[in-house]
Amino acid sequence: MTNWNRFLETFFNAKVMIKYLPDILHGMVITIELALLVVATGLTAGLALALVRSLAIRPLNWLIIFVVDLFRSLPPLVIIVLMYFGLPAVDISPTGFVSTWLSLAFVLMAFSEEIFWAGITSIPRGQWEAARSTGLSFGQTLRDVILPQAFRLTIPPLTNRTIAITKGTSLGTVVAVSEILGAASSAVSNSYSPSPLMMGAAAYLVLFLPVVIAGRWIETKFAWKR
Amino acid sequence: MIETFFNPEIIAAAYPIVLSGLLNTILLSLLVVPLGFTGGLILALLASARQPWVRWPLMAWVDFFRAFPPLVLLVLLFAGLPFAGLELNGFACVAIAFFLNTGSYYGEILRAGIDSVPKGQVEAARSTGLSGLQTTAFVVLPQAVRNVLPDLLSNTLEVVKLTSLGSVVAVPELLFQARQAQSVTYNPTPIVMAAVVYFLILWPVVRLLSRLENRALAGRG
Repeated sequence: MTNWNRFLETFFNAKVMIKYLPDILHGMVITIELALLVVATGLTAGLALALVRSLAIRPLNWLIIFVVDLFRSLPPLVIIVLMYFGLPAVDISPTGFVSTWLSLAFVLMAFSEEIFWAGITSIPRGQWEAARSTGLSFGQTLRDVILPQAFRLTIPPLTNRTIAITKGTSLGTVVAVSEILGAASSAVSNSYSPSPLMMGAAAYLVLFLPVVIAGRWIETKFAWKR
Repeated sequence: MIETFFNPEIIAAAYPIVLSGLLNTILLSLLVVPLGFTGGLILALLASARQPWVRWPLMAWVDFFRAFPPLVLLVLLFAGLPFAGLELNGFACVAIAFFLNTGSYYGEILRAGIDSVPKGQVEAARSTGLSGLQTTAFVVLPQAVRNVLPDLLSNTLEVVKLTSLGSVVAVPELLFQARQAQSVTYNPTPIVMAAVVYFLILWPVVRLLSRLENRALAGRG
């Protein structure tokens, strides 16, 4: 057997791959579920915090800034581990899936709040005043004047950050979530073959490469022309 | 609550091990940040050659590693390579994975920085007699780096946070040491300690970044 054949036999073993394909596919479903949950809840919470912050209630804003800073400075894996291994000590036992979901959602919330907030503050004060003086309410001003402009500005950084955090779903493997990496790792130890890991790697590329390329496209489309 | 998450006895007992983890995290960061930055610089300089046959493969390379979760890359190196007869320790795997992954991110940022320097600057520099290399080193790069400084800082923060992945491949950094201490004491206090340490060290950076980012985005409005 030539070296090349031996390499293929080890890393792309057809028998092993067929056997563990269902596990990897199931892992993909879990990864997609996790990712969608994180994106939906994280972005919503981030936008909500930014809107509350625009009400300019001092003590509330300090709290928001602290929470945002906290989740921006802690590594996501530390938050996940803390939730999964720490909370059971006070009789709250989130599953690995819930720990990963909530941790990443908090992190995305923090980053997106910062970005939404920067977008909102980037709209000149005069626009607020003009809109309010034409008789629009605070809510209407925010919804019809400020946010449409702010969104445009926030889309490129938001896309990048969302993709980066969504890739963090692979951290779930540390707390026994059988997403792609988790499924692939346990298949490796069951089969004594690295082939499932190669499948897992391919699965990530299938899921995330289109997202990265779409992100690049969005970035150029919404880029601020200077 | 205090007894569980901030147990003073456990803090006293776990203090040395958490401290050694912190030192390793700092050492690891001092290794992987320059490594990733160098990788990025190479990518960005190559990409600033405007030939499409150089630019396209580089873009594919960068997108490939941006689509790949860093933990997957790390596990692939750590658990996959031994099957090819190449056994690397966790530390080496982290170094390689970060060179590839964070290098791609640094590369994208630096490329944007280089693109932001007006072409006239290069022409002016060349016409005063500077060589191509001198122009890049003394005219283009300093301005490029300055233009994307907030992004570079933000990425560096992410890289430092990412060193916590080392715990998965048994590199004794902060999180790994804290988990060791936690499994010995059956108490989450050491992990809380690690979280507090991360926060205290990285908070000033986050504050600074948040000011820089707000200013950058607001400036465009």
